[in-house]
Amino acid sequence: MTTAPVKAGWRFKQPSVIPGFGLTLGFSLAYLTLIILIPLSGLVWRSAALGWADFWAIAVDRRTLNALKISFGTALLAAVVNVVFGTIVAWVLVRYRFPGRRIADAMVDLPFALPTAVAGIALTTLYAPNGWIGQLLMPLGLKVAYTPIGIVVALVFIGLPFVVRTVQPIMEEIDKEVEEAAATLGASRFQIITRVLFPGLAPAIITGFSLAFARGVGEYGSVIFIAGNLPFKSEIAPLLIVIRLEEYNYEAATAIAAIMLALSFVMLLVVNLVQTWSRKRYG
Amino acid sequence: MADPEIKSYEPHHESQSAAVTESRPVKAVLMAIAFAFLAVFLLLPLIVVFHEALAKGIGAYTEALSSPDTRSAIRLTLLVAAISVPLNVVFGISAAWAIAKFEFKGKAFLTTLIDLPFSVSPVISGLVYVLLFGAQGLLGAWLKAHGIVILFAVPGIVLATIFVTFPFVARELIPLMQEQGNGDEEAALSLGAGGWQAFWYVTLPNVKWGLLYGVLLCNARAMGEFGAVSVVSGHIRGLTNTMPLHVEILYNEYNAVGAFAVASLLAGLALVTLVLKTLLEMRYGAEIAATRGH
Repeated sequence: MTTAPVKAGWRFKQPSVIPGFGLTLGFSLAYLTLIILIPLSGLVWRSAALGWADFWAIAVDRRTLNALKISFGTALLAAVVNVVFGTIVAWVLVRYRFPGRRIADAMVDLPFALPTAVAGIALTTLYAPNGWIGQLLMPLGLKVAYTPIGIVVALVFIGLPFVVRTVQPIMEEIDKEVEEAAATLGASRFQIITRVLFPGLAPAIITGFSLAFARGVGEYGSVIFIAGNLPFKSEIAPLLIVIRLEEYNYEAATAIAAIMLALSFVMLLVVNLVQTWSRKRYG
Repeated sequence: MADPEIKSYEPHHESQSAAVTESRPVKAVLMAIAFAFLAVFLLLPLIVVFHEALAKGIGAYTEALSSPDTRSAIRLTLLVAAISVPLNVVFGISAAWAIAKFEFKGKAFLTTLIDLPFSVSPVISGLVYVLLFGAQGLLGAWLKAHGIVILFAVPGIVLATIFVTFPFVARELIPLMQEQGNGDEEAALSLGAGGWQAFWYVTLPNVKWGLLYGVLLCNARAMGEFGAVSVVSGHIRGLTNTMPLHVEILYNEYNAVGAFAVASLLAGLALVTLVLKTLLEMRYGAEIAATRGH
């Protein structure tokens, strides 16, 4: 059929009869460069221009360290909560049949669709000492709004769909025959869940965890209303960036942003490694 | 492997054996946990928005919405979405065409770069433009000399919005177009269609529901973005305040009815988005199948 001689060696693009490669790739690259790459490299350039000593001084500033600790700590806690409850929600949505399942399923995407500022003021109103949930927790001595627990609540809201939507499709693909086989071989339901189902779901759960965590670390809109924003106590790193910007302290804002980006990057790298390992082990 | 003979028996086993599902009490507990969690974390916040907005009656609600500052915030939000969403649609289609229709070196890397804005904090997305266009920024002096205003004005808000909504359309279209392959376009071209014709009459109809899905999500985020826009906007009332920023200002002024009235419009937008998204998934699930799961 084809008469074209097979050219050996390196080639940028495989031949194709479809037109428009140069136009679409060129436009996409230009747009990507203008909107994303140039501004982001501006950030890298500015933080590099700071010099190591200045950068280090900002990084180990007590307020910066505390803000980073709060951001990463609350995001971690919220991601753990979401892994537990998100997996249960996904399981109920996939395995059980009940009226209103479609609505419940659609509701899971609410945090994707609801603007973060709206979520922020709604959650604050709910968990404030005189709010619907807050006044129930008050007698128990549990203060949620204007404390770090409030930050966790907001991040649980924001992160939930990431876990459910990554775990759900994998659960749908599980072959029931595997469970049946395990059952006929004498496994109890508990053993089937922990030894047969969980290993298959583990990579998806880790992915969902890392997505929820990454989103939580950077989250701003929903958190600032409920957090109380006390320095050293409930001040998140993105808020500290905004505060430094408002003080025209561009250096500090840039340095904190660079640290956040680097830490998130390292975190995603570690998660990727864990994932590769779990795929090898259980895959 | 699976014998079709055996499979056909399945419908008769209506009640599943205890081995492949949980016992009734466990099932009830799991469902109760899931419902309680969804109710507390998703349903209640939504209800409280409308409850607070109407706390002082419908009169106060409509009055809050008709204030000039609120109106200008609504107008600005619509304007920003009307500029940034189409731009990201053009980019999304163009990137999906290049990535899905061709094999070239560095494709995986390009796909990763497109997803980059999702892993950047919204505040940082705004900050990068401040560093670029701000008074102390790289281009600040040049812009000032030429009288161009980007930061703390509409262009900055549009840019920050484009940044955070950048991946939405592209990442819906790329897997979908990859799945559909090049067969239809090749057939059209061999029958004498030009490149543009193949795109308008073959590709676009094939991906229209997936595209609409992407536009829906992109628009919801564009209208609701807070962090990035907050950094570049300057919060000038009546001029550079979008709806989410206006919600913050009203809320911080202890104007709860006003804040929640504007918030209720955004929550309404979120609900419409969810309903349309669910309808699209139900009706055209197969045609946007590649897009399930974010």
